[in-house]
Amino acid sequence: MSSASYNFAYLSEQTKRMIRRALLKAIAIPGYQVPFASREMPMPYGWGTGGVQVTAAILVPEDVLKVIDQGADDTTNAVSLRSFFVKTAGIATTEATAEATVIQTRHRIPEAPLTENQILVFQVPIPEPLRFLEPRETETRKMHALEEYGVMHVKLYEDIAKLGQVATTYAYPAKVAGRYVFDPSPIPKFDNPKLDHNPALQLFGAGREKRVYAIPPYTSVQSLDFEDHPFEIQKWDHTCALCGSDDSFLDEIITDDKGGHMFVCSDTDHCRATQEQK
Amino acid sequence: MKKLLSVQQLSKFFGEQLACDDIGFDLYEGEVLAIVGESGSGKTTLLRCLAGLLPPNHGRILYHGKDGRQVDIVLASEAVRRNLLRTEWGFVHQDARDGLRMGVSAGANIGERLMAIGDRHYGHIRSSAEQWLGRVDIPISRIDDSPWTYSGGMRQRLQISRNLVTAPRLMLMDEPTGGLDVSVQARLLDLMRGLVRDLGLAVILVTHDLAVARLLSSRMIVMQNGRVVEQGLTDQILEDPQQPYSQLLVSSVLQV
Repeated sequence: MSSASYNFAYLSEQTKRMIRRALLKAIAIPGYQVPFASREMPMPYGWGTGGVQVTAAILVPEDVLKVIDQGADDTTNAVSLRSFFVKTAGIATTEATAEATVIQTRHRIPEAPLTENQILVFQVPIPEPLRFLEPRETETRKMHALEEYGVMHVKLYEDIAKLGQVATTYAYPAKVAGRYVFDPSPIPKFDNPKLDHNPALQLFGAGREKRVYAIPPYTSVQSLDFEDHPFEIQKWDHTCALCGSDDSFLDEIITDDKGGHMFVCSDTDHCRATQEQK
Repeated sequence: MKKLLSVQQLSKFFGEQLACDDIGFDLYEGEVLAIVGESGSGKTTLLRCLAGLLPPNHGRILYHGKDGRQVDIVLASEAVRRNLLRTEWGFVHQDARDGLRMGVSAGANIGERLMAIGDRHYGHIRSSAEQWLGRVDIPISRIDDSPWTYSGGMRQRLQISRNLVTAPRLMLMDEPTGGLDVSVQARLLDLMRGLVRDLGLAVILVTHDLAVARLLSSRMIVMQNGRVVEQGLTDQILEDPQQPYSQLLVSSVLQV
């Protein structure tokens, strides 16, 4: 049961309505960053205050919540946020991707395919893909409005010129529905193809920057690239040391101080499910 | 010759302060027009109005586009102005740091306009950048270096090439030789003369340096206190200035 002193999911009903209005606008204009009146949350900025507010605004008592951090259900951030919603909303939680109706995530999209009945909520540190190229907010808004995205390719050009390939491996910019270029939050570019035509609704919340944006179900998301240097995802020479999976995103885990290491799935639920199948 | 730009009764105030008053002139294709005058005479304000960077209080700036249409820069939407500025126009700042993207390599600086108009082929962008570096006398080996590592003269040449890559028809230049020593200036002027001739560029050149105006321009406008005091052929004005202010300006050039 939720603690009696909290409103359902911590935020006041009025706040949730405000966030829902922003989310509706975000869904209506895929990839467009909608400003919203981000609240102070009982956790520091950078811990997912944007994602938490979005999740709080969309939760209903019947929801089953999954929270992942770097793909794992058992890391500090994931455990803390899950217990936050257990305490303030009293909802059911799960670690199984297929059972969840709302999945709040930091850094990963689950390996298991999502369905139309699921909502994926991303925690976003810096929503503006143009930020490191153009520091002025007034100017970046204008650039979005006028679709002046050439400068995004300048960054990719620099990578190829200096390193022979596009070295951006996370927060890889992509174009939503052929219009807005957006920052998919710090997910690895490995996950970019999963954004494209995903049956689940994908919501993005940036608490400190006070922005939400969305990718509606079945919306095209095209990662930026050059004709002669097409977009590619990471590949590994290894398979997961625990489950043997060869198609999931692998983390390198240091096992001792003598140089021992192993590669394991970053998605803990996917790893467990694969092990159970065997 | 076809008319490219027509400026009519252009005025700009900053509050009560008059910066440009009732300016009017025409510019034809391939022509280099110098705007000269002392500091504070309104030259740069005029140039910024022409580029659409400042809204004038009064007047019209009619541009005859590549597609044959006439655009009033004052009334045009920001989208149209910004599009013109990165396709058919170029703007060369006095301080190259204002016109360059200092955080990225020289090659990316040249390629930016191509990418802005939709070029998505790395190999093509790269070869254009190499070609343009060559044309402005920068060694191709410096293509991946940051403009921070460039000398003042090289930065200015890089800024010019970065503007020329989309084959603009009109270049607006604000004191392009300012702050450069005389030998570097001479080299830059030589280069600009060659480019203007080869590419058939029209240029509006703002300068306080009459020697630069004489070398590059065919026509000249003399400004004082926001007003045009004299306009005509460059040689005519420099050899035989009619107005007292122009006479003063010409006679105050140091003879070496």
